[in-house]
Amino acid sequence: MRRLKKLRDYIIEKMIFISGIAAIIFVILIFFFLVKEGGSFFGEYNIKDFIFGHFWYPASDSPRFGILPLIAGSLVIVVGATILAVPLGIMAALYISEVAPKGLKDLLKAGVEMLAAIPSVVVGFVGMVTLVPVIKTVFGIPTGLTALSGCIMLAFMAMPTIVSISEDAINAVPWNYKEGALALGATKWQIMYRIILPAATPGIIASVMLGIGRVIGETMAVMMVTGNAAVIPSGFLESVRTMTATIAAEMGETVRGSSHYRSLFAIGAVLFVITFIINFIADTYLHKNKE
Amino acid sequence: MVDKITVHNLKCWFGKVQSVKNLSLAVKENEILGIIGPSNSGKTTFLRSLNRLNELNPNYRQQGEILIDGKNIAHGNPEMLRKRMGMVFALPLSLPMTVLENVIYGPKRHGIKSKKELEELAERCLRAASLWDEVKDRLKESALKLSGGQQQRLCLARTLAVEPDIILFDEPCSGLDPISTAKVEETMIELKKKYTLVLVTNNVKQASRVSDRTAFFLMGELIEVAITEKLFLSPEDKRTEAYITGRFG
Amino acid sequence: MNAKKSQKIAFAVLLATTLVVVLPVLIIIIVIIKEGIPAINWQFLTTMPSNGMRSGGIFPAILGTIYLVLLSVIIALPVGVMAAIYLNEYAQDNLLTRIIKLSIVNLAGVPSVVYGLFGLGLFVIFLKFGVCLLSGALTLAIMELPVIITTSKEALSSVPLSFREVSLSLGVSKWQTIRYVVLPHALPGIMTGTILSIARIAGETAPILFTAAAFYIPRLPGSLLDQIMVLPYHLFIISTQIPNMPSKLTYGTALVLLMLVLTMNLTAIVIRTYFRKNKKW
Repeated sequence: MRRLKKLRDYIIEKMIFISGIAAIIFVILIFFFLVKEGGSFFGEYNIKDFIFGHFWYPASDSPRFGILPLIAGSLVIVVGATILAVPLGIMAALYISEVAPKGLKDLLKAGVEMLAAIPSVVVGFVGMVTLVPVIKTVFGIPTGLTALSGCIMLAFMAMPTIVSISEDAINAVPWNYKEGALALGATKWQIMYRIILPAATPGIIASVMLGIGRVIGETMAVMMVTGNAAVIPSGFLESVRTMTATIAAEMGETVRGSSHYRSLFAIGAVLFVITFIINFIADTYLHKNKE
Repeated sequence: MVDKITVHNLKCWFGKVQSVKNLSLAVKENEILGIIGPSNSGKTTFLRSLNRLNELNPNYRQQGEILIDGKNIAHGNPEMLRKRMGMVFALPLSLPMTVLENVIYGPKRHGIKSKKELEELAERCLRAASLWDEVKDRLKESALKLSGGQQQRLCLARTLAVEPDIILFDEPCSGLDPISTAKVEETMIELKKKYTLVLVTNNVKQASRVSDRTAFFLMGELIEVAITEKLFLSPEDKRTEAYITGRFG
Repeated sequence: MNAKKSQKIAFAVLLATTLVVVLPVLIIIIVIIKEGIPAINWQFLTTMPSNGMRSGGIFPAILGTIYLVLLSVIIALPVGVMAAIYLNEYAQDNLLTRIIKLSIVNLAGVPSVVYGLFGLGLFVIFLKFGVCLLSGALTLAIMELPVIITTSKEALSSVPLSFREVSLSLGVSKWQTIRYVVLPHALPGIMTGTILSIARIAGETAPILFTAAAFYIPRLPGSLLDQIMVLPYHLFIISTQIPNMPSKLTYGTALVLLMLVLTMNLTAIVIRTYFRKNKKW
């Protein structure tokens, strides 16, 4: 009986350990399978031409696999969405955590949580039917499917991340900081931008990084509102195609094992590496904030 | 009487802080050994080294020998050790379940399945902890609804239910009012017929009321151990005298 | 006086920006409800699509989503909870633990479409499951893991250390202590986290694009190896790929999906609030 119990405990604790390291296993597996399916692509196609090539013609008779337009597309979306989302997000976080009265605070927080919960395909759909026509008429352009529409939609999708993590960082600022300044006769607003904001900066940076990570990885919404033209854009009112949208839109049409198919896995590997770096930086800043 | 617990040259560290310094002490069978001393004198660390509970802290290190019935506890299995060495904590830590479930929690985990057996065991233990009459109609209520003193006796009953032969008390009355304290003390004296008791207390008077022998700890060292009466009436060490007469601590 | 005035202005600006952030949620929900409600009826919810999806219902997509989400959580929950137990109860502060934590952060950040590629590479092709319910559920399960692990770990660490000490002091083994004292009290937190992760997964499209989803299947899913229709992908298809789609049906589909997801979120929030209020220690 006792030995049976010991054996059971032993087996369960081994299972717990294996589950514990499962996260590591899966990260390695993901990278392995991206490389397995996409790695051989670089045997036949120069990696420099892949990353810096200006033309993405994967299906033509003499295919070109330059992902620079796709990188540029992702970049335009990231830059635009960040410019919109970061100031708004930080200000909202400040308001929610420091200014809003209790009842309103709960309401606003629930609103932010709801925003995070809306599926990206629904966000994309709403963007298509509301924002896209507005942009078309306001700017008098033939189609509203532009980088700008993508930026606005994705700014909203990055917002919950930025607001909630910034808010945590702001809440983590120790009370004695604030009380000391209040005792010196500073107004609440002065305390907020002179003391709280600087003290919460590492956490806010982390929130911005995670928000950027979310924007880069976002697929459906961006695919539905940006028009998907694989050319290097010269402004926000042009159609763009991101790396994620390319994979999602083209994988269905490829033949398994073809160059095109493998090139999409190669794009996946590039995305994986980019998001890995971004998350690593964000995590470092998060830990800084805790200390 | 024979020595139930023997401790040789015990040294305990938490990280770089040494909280017990070269301590040797014996506890006799069926006695109540009181341990008094100011806070941070190493009393609780000493107590928790006996049932190897200190080992939960990853920074903990220990040297020296602890023997129970002549056997070194470091060689055995900590679960078997803890089963025969009950512990009552400073605050009444009822688990958030019913009164009955609290008492039979240990035996159930140790493999007793029969409901009848468990209920009989619970009654026996609650009686031994002088709690039966107060809770016999409330066995299905949440243990957290009992008063602090009742909860502390419930914890004692829970400890008795795994049938230990030694019970460690870690300042068991620090959160209790005088009446509850008196009840717990009465119970302890009753228990020593069957068990060996080690009582760590901040309350010098409590030690004088219940313990057969009393040890005085200071800064991780054993200053003096003697028959309680002797320790209180004619202590050998000036520091002991200073402490029990209330000049420090 | 001047400082007070600037504070007033600043707070007004902050309030305005907060509204800019939160109001669109309301707009999205109102628009979808207003345009989608007319499409909702018993027939829409319980029949197959017909006429190239331009009429009929969305029953297979609803069913597919439910199957997919349930299967993925059945797979992810045990692994996630055990991983959280490992991190909170067993792991020491060493290099391995740090790598595990970094991996979890990284898993949470991998773009959803990359999960899709991974699922295609591992489950569909390498393990030869093909494009099917099982491949999609496995892919989504891995995606759910970081949320389940993080929230479960939080729930476990909120159980007081003293409960563990009491149980251990009675000679109960470490695993039994976790099983009978720690886990029951962490359960509400674990449930909340799990439901939140399900809600997130139910709306995902990109990971199932190449692993599970079918454009149109004329029958209901019958086995783990069947392709399935799912709500988010169905919404994507009918809103972008089908010309002359009656907008009523598109809005209706969006409404069903939105309600499914929001209901799950609301449930999680209710559970969380209820247990926070009734916490017994």
